[in-house]
Formats: sequence, C-alpha cells, structure tokens
Amino acid sequence: MVGEAPLIGVLALQGGFQAHAKMLRGLGAQVREVRVPRDLDGLQGLVIPGGESTTMTLGIEREGLAEPLRALAASGTPLLGSCAGLIMLDREHLSVMDIRAERNAFGRQTKSFEADLDVAGLEGGPLRGIFIRAPWIAEHGAEVEILARVDGHAVAAREGDMLVVAFHSELSDDDRVHRLFLRAVARQRAAVA
Amino acid sequence: MRDEATFRVKSGLAEMLKGGVIMDVVTPEQAKVAEDAGAAAVMALERVPADIRRDGGVARMSDPEMIVGIQEAVSIPVMAKARIGHFVEAQVLQALDVDYIDESEVLTPADESNHIDKWPFKAPFVCGATNLGEALRRIGEGAAMIRSKGEAGTGDIVEAVRHMRRIGGEIRRLTMLDEAELATAAKDHGAPLDLVRGVARDGKLPVVLFCAGGIATPADAALMMSLGAEGVFVGSGIFKSEDPPVRARAIVEATTHWQDPERIAAASRGLGSAMVSLESSKLEDEQLLAQRGW
Repeated sequence: MVGEAPLIGVLALQGGFQAHAKMLRGLGAQVREVRVPRDLDGLQGLVIPGGESTTMTLGIEREGLAEPLRALAASGTPLLGSCAGLIMLDREHLSVMDIRAERNAFGRQTKSFEADLDVAGLEGGPLRGIFIRAPWIAEHGAEVEILARVDGHAVAAREGDMLVVAFHSELSDDDRVHRLFLRAVARQRAAVA
Repeated sequence: MRDEATFRVKSGLAEMLKGGVIMDVVTPEQAKVAEDAGAAAVMALERVPADIRRDGGVARMSDPEMIVGIQEAVSIPVMAKARIGHFVEAQVLQALDVDYIDESEVLTPADESNHIDKWPFKAPFVCGATNLGEALRRIGEGAAMIRSKGEAGTGDIVEAVRHMRRIGGEIRRLTMLDEAELATAAKDHGAPLDLVRGVARDGKLPVVLFCAGGIATPADAALMMSLGAEGVFVGSGIFKSEDPPVRARAIVEATTHWQDPERIAAASRGLGSAMVSLESSKLEDEQLLAQRGW
C-alpha cells in the first residue's frame, strides 16, 4: 500500500473543509468528505477543519461521531486540526489531546489578522498564519510540544501524530503544514506495512 | 509582520461559515435557540423580513442595545444589517464589533445610487445579488461574501432559485469566452474586467456564495445547496414557523446532508407548520425587496 496515494478524510459537517480538501489533493492525497461514522472506514489520516465549534460539536453529537473519532485517534491515525478543529480535539471536547483551547481568544472578527510565524520543524522560513476569530492553547500537558506562538500564546502544537494549528494555512498557498501532516501519515503507513 | 482586516481575513470568515445556516434573530433568547440548534452565525435585526413587509415604514439598522444583548448571549459570529449606502450605520456596527455587516435590501435604502465603499472597513461585508454583474460590482466595492437575494419574508423559494440559477448560469457562460469576449461581457454585466477574468478562469466567484430569501423548509435549504449555494441564510423561515427549535435543527441537518434525500426526509418529519407564506409573483412591484440595490 505504501507508495499509493493516502486516503485522507476531511470532516465536512460544516466549515472550511473544501480548502483543506483542495490542498490535500494538490499534494497527491485522495480525499473523502466525512459526515457519518462509516465515512471513517479505512482512512489513513483525518483533518478537522475550521468552522464554528458549537455547530461542529452539535453535528458530531447528532451523527454519533464522537466515539468513532476517539477510536480513530486512539488507533494512532494521524490527525490535523485547524482553528475549530483544534478546539474539537481538546480536553473539553473530544478529549483526545492534552490541551485546553481558549475559544475566540484573540477576539471578534475585527481583531482577526495575518502574521508571519516561526513554526518549529518547518523549513523554509516563516509561515503566514491567517487567524480568524482564532483560539489559542491556554494549557497543555507534558506530552504536548508547542510549535509556534503569537504574543506568547501557543498557536500550534503536536502530540504524537496529532497536529493542531489555531490558524488557517489552507487559505494561503503555503502547504507546509499539510506536508508535515502527510509525512506523519506516510510514517504510520510504513510502520503498519 | 502582522496585518489586520486583510481581504483574506475578511473572506476567510465566510469560508468558515460554509455548509452552515445563518439565522435571523430579534432577541437574545432567539439567538440562543439558533446557537443551540447548530446555527453557524446569527443575523441580529429588529424585525424579521416578514414583519417588515407586514408593518411597512422605514426599516433601519437595529438598536445597538439589542445587538450587544445578542453578542453577550452567544459565542457564534453575530452579523447585523445596515441600509444600502448608509455608511454611518455600517461604522456604528463596526464600532460595536459586529462580525459581519450585511448591506441589505431588506432595510429601506439610504442611497438610491451608491452602495457603501466597503474597502476602508475592518469588519467584512456580505451583500445581496440577483445576478453575476451585481455580485461582482459588490465585490469590486469590497464585499467579502455574496448572498443571492431571493425575496425575503415571503417563504417562497422561487426568486432564490431564479437568482442562484442566473448567477450559476452566467458564471458557466463566462468560462467559455475568449479574452476579447470577456471585455464585452464585463461591459454587458457592468462588472470590473479583472473580476470577470477571474470568474472565467476559476468558474466561481472569488468569495463565498450563500443563498438567502424565501427558505422555509429543510428541502428548500437542500435545493439551494444543490444549485450551488455554499450555505444558507434563513430569515423569517425559522422564528415565524410553529416550532422554531425543531425546524432550525432540521434545516441545519438538511444543509449538511443536502446530497442525501433520506436524511432530508428524516429531518423534515414532524416539524409543524411552516411560516405563513406569500406568493412572490402576486406581490406589487413596490413590495419587491430584491429590486433594491444597483
């Protein structure tokens, strides 16, 4: 199986799922939109996009997706969460990462911004982060590695093969965060093979 | 380097609303009902379009007191409407930290020739359109999101279908034209040539396109998604129906599962009666809101 295009799911209940799908396809992945539990079968990685976290929480509840998503994370399948996706993975939501997100931490839309970020582990200079009513990581456990900060606040982190960013690189043309995620997917597939 | 209010930041919020339902609310209690039903955002206004139609008179920006009350009641984005051309109402809404400003034909226009110059604002704008030229003129003025107008407050989907089909058809036709023909098309649509070129190249608008005006049922919402809407606004359709929380949840579910008729059928069961509706073809010309805007 290694060498073939990986099959990546993008949670498509609501939010910016199409921009992630486009970026992943551009990097050679097959993409499946995930709306119900059976859409998770056979995935080698999953992206939880930005959107409204309350809307997404209610959708996950309605579709019975919480347990299957936790099982997917527990199986070691690489996950990427951006913005609301970061919130969904925190202690108070799906509780698969040892982080606590502070919602809308940077403020309302008029406080939304773009900034150049130094992200640990990303080569090629600063990454342009697009922050939209963005959260930050207010607390985290010892296993969590913080990869980037804005004004001292953690905005990117990794725990095992789970990667979260408070910003939207899928809205830019910089695909390095997605490459990092797909590298974890490739490592996992090699390990399984 | 840090920049606020770039166009990517403004249009990016609309990207995050995709696949979602934006609901009109007139009180903090309604806003909470909308949020608990899964609304991606709420539109704070003083009267829903059905009541504006019934009561008549000048419809203006909402009381800031009410908008602040709604902002305090929910954590999802709060949008609010300004009159067409009323840039001071828009400045007030921005000062209130509203997340999106709707320069809306549902309110009584303040300027019969000009829309607001939306570029200087930090808050993003959504504007209505009945055709591609109108959409591109609004984007040229700085709108970061477009919604088809439909005919607000009627519960009749026919105008929304007309506008979405027209915008979609005009986009598809542009993709077949050569460079010389695009210049003529820009003139015919009354739209900026660079935006016309972009649409011809990408086969879509440069910003997110939602549908508004006349959605009353889950099937209406799914219909508009199938016609190319990337999400829906529901005005009077929820809080003028018999059982708003149940109908709101059903419309959210149908908007997510618009490609699955069985899910739409399940969501449509036991909703009680829809809003009292008006056939838009029976309305007098001066009662048509979609004709406002230039």
